[in-house]
Amino acid sequence: MKPFTVVLTGNPNCGKTTLFNALTGLRGRVGNYAGVTVERKEGSLTGADARFPVTLLDLPGTYSLSPQSPDEQIARDILFQRVADVPAPDLVVVVVDASNLQRNLYFATQVIELGHPTLLTLNMVDVARDQGHEIDTDALSKALGVPVIPMVASQGEGLEPLRQFIRSQASSPGTRHVIPREFNELPEAFGREAQAIETALERHFPHRSRLAAAEALLLLSDERALPTDKTNTDGNTNGNTANTRYPSALIEQVLSARRRLEAAGVDWRSTAIEARYARLFAIEQHVTRETPPPGELLSDRIDRSVTHRIWGPLIFVTVMALMFQSIFWLAKYPMDGIEAAVDALAQWVGSSMPPGDLNDLITRGAIAGVGSVVIFLPQICLLFLFIGLLEDTGYMSRAAFLMDRLMSRVGLHGKSFIPMLSSFACAIPGIMATRTIETRQDRLATILVAPLMSCSARLPVYTVLIAACIPQRNGWPGLTLLMMYLLGIAGALGMAWIFKRTLLRGEPPMLILELPPYKRPMLGAVLRQMWDRSKLFLKRAGTVILGINILLWFLANYPRSSELQHQFDQRHAQWKQAASNPPTPAETETLKRLDQEEAGEKLRQSFAGRLGRAIEPALKPLGFDWKIGIGIVTSFAAREVFVSTLSVVYNVGGDGENTASLAEVMKSERRDDGRITYTPLTGLTLMVFYVFAMQCVSTVAVVRRETNSWKWPIFQTVYMTSLAWILAFLTYQVGTRLGF
Amino acid sequence: MRPLSSLTPGERAVVARIDIPPEQRGRLLEMGLLPGTPVELVRFAPLGDPVEIKLRNYHLSLRKLEADKIQVH
Repeated sequence: MKPFTVVLTGNPNCGKTTLFNALTGLRGRVGNYAGVTVERKEGSLTGADARFPVTLLDLPGTYSLSPQSPDEQIARDILFQRVADVPAPDLVVVVVDASNLQRNLYFATQVIELGHPTLLTLNMVDVARDQGHEIDTDALSKALGVPVIPMVASQGEGLEPLRQFIRSQASSPGTRHVIPREFNELPEAFGREAQAIETALERHFPHRSRLAAAEALLLLSDERALPTDKTNTDGNTNGNTANTRYPSALIEQVLSARRRLEAAGVDWRSTAIEARYARLFAIEQHVTRETPPPGELLSDRIDRSVTHRIWGPLIFVTVMALMFQSIFWLAKYPMDGIEAAVDALAQWVGSSMPPGDLNDLITRGAIAGVGSVVIFLPQICLLFLFIGLLEDTGYMSRAAFLMDRLMSRVGLHGKSFIPMLSSFACAIPGIMATRTIETRQDRLATILVAPLMSCSARLPVYTVLIAACIPQRNGWPGLTLLMMYLLGIAGALGMAWIFKRTLLRGEPPMLILELPPYKRPMLGAVLRQMWDRSKLFLKRAGTVILGINILLWFLANYPRSSELQHQFDQRHAQWKQAASNPPTPAETETLKRLDQEEAGEKLRQSFAGRLGRAIEPALKPLGFDWKIGIGIVTSFAAREVFVSTLSVVYNVGGDGENTASLAEVMKSERRDDGRITYTPLTGLTLMVFYVFAMQCVSTVAVVRRETNSWKWPIFQTVYMTSLAWILAFLTYQVGTRLGF
Repeated sequence: MRPLSSLTPGERAVVARIDIPPEQRGRLLEMGLLPGTPVELVRFAPLGDPVEIKLRNYHLSLRKLEADKIQVH
């Protein structure tokens, strides 16, 4: 039996997710809608009759049925039954913030007009009461023509009546008759045109005729509801167009209706909005009893400090500093633990399998490769935890409010700030955090520049290069590190500025940012959301990284030269003959060095080594040799691989954990002509290269998912790599001319 | 009539006209900022932009660029 489908919808910040969590007992599943990266939250109603299972779907928060972001678009498409894998809702529960009645009812009445069986939950009645608004729910129910249940979802008040209502609806089969209602008193001319379009829609789409009235109103008054040729082919509409492909006669009818209205002096864009708000104002007056609030609200008092001219920025910097410090410090312990566990696992597998290629592939290719991603999990979890807390308390919108001025200088939005900041930890959660940005151009610009912020994977690269190349005195190491971070920020802002003026030119984005009242975060829900998002990261990046690591393992191990093998086998045999039993420490040392030499020689002969040589001409102008080339090739999938590759190339042994010994070896490394390889200039040039180069397959994969096309990740990789090469070239050439 | 951005923090007024091009102001109208709506300017952000206003019992932030184009009386 098909479960009874309940769709939860409402404005952002109306407590919809809290309600969803309460109804599903925090056991909802999070996935994605097909083809889009909008989070799909779905769960079963706890306490439902086993014979009548109930599925709850939590739609993204939406201000209206004229979407401005992918999130809002999905919400609209589901309510309009345009999403193929989501069934028509059996019941729509609109959540309304009682303390913000008019604006919440704007969307709620739009939804009621769709003609689905609808119930309204009046949430946060306690907040409304504290502010002096007493709402008569019976009167509201009568005015809207749908049942209204008052509630305080965060305290569990009103949940039981809602559960009962859903249960009774689910268990009473048969079609529910819904009386169509409209909440607009439209001017006659407008109403007539809307009626004509409604009739045409009913004729063309008989299977969703109950939506026709609402759809006609949207088609007439929202210019973006009518797909033009451009939006029909645009990837942004995410393949849901099949159901919205209007016949050209209908499109022409709408366009000519608009022209007629314009000629009659009726603003077809704003008439319906104004008429609805006029009606809602009257309804609110009718159902609310106002008493003067007892004084300034707590949220407003908090805001006086948090957005204060002096305290505001200070608090902001402190919050951000604390957040990033704890991401680095707190994550360190679990990261060490994961590293140890991965090593132990690799060792165990390595020793319990017969040695050979398969063993090596599993331990070095698969386990070490996946381990190199899993190790970032603590940082990503913490980042999502903090972002969740900031969102849930309401601080996030204040951060956007504070930072908007700076971001607007490069043509971005206050909302781009958090994604860019997050990218210091890792570009993947940063790119995932861009989903809140409404304008497509702004979101793309943010995605394109986010990986320029120096992420945590660059840190090992910087560390080893600074140790090997930069004079260890007068604070040079710290200063160099700071310079690299600043260079990344400058690059990101500069490229955003360029993109917003060229490729992604558009109207300067309008900032329409709600500053919701502060509230106490729901820790359980925040933790749950953190885990859901982190899991997506693991699944997504883990699979790609696994594949790439297997490929890299192959490149670094093949082709095999039997001659080389023979040569080293002979030397091993020689060592065995000469060695005493048990071998002396000096002899063990010789064996170790022999093993390292073998590994290094094999790498040089491998495809990766050949690639390193093949790209040497491209690297020569940057002052890099083919050994560095191998490092760049192998670290294409993940930057930090550069370090472990160098330790193989330079026969340091181990897996590159010991950066101090690697740096020592690098310092004594000489070029073929006898000059020192790792001069301060070479180090600096390499670091500049790593600041700008993409070198992260997980990021490419995530950008592919988030933009739903290969175009952007390919463009991004090309532009970043070119930029890296050009800036490294300039660094090296200028440095050489200056005599470094 | 004067622009919304010319109000001082705490000052109230009523929206008279919105001079933002019709094809861009849709969401603003949907958020309830319409001619005839009472608004209060709450504060300017520490860097002077954007501006926070209160309308229909909730807080909304807009850039000064837009607030300049919203005429109040």
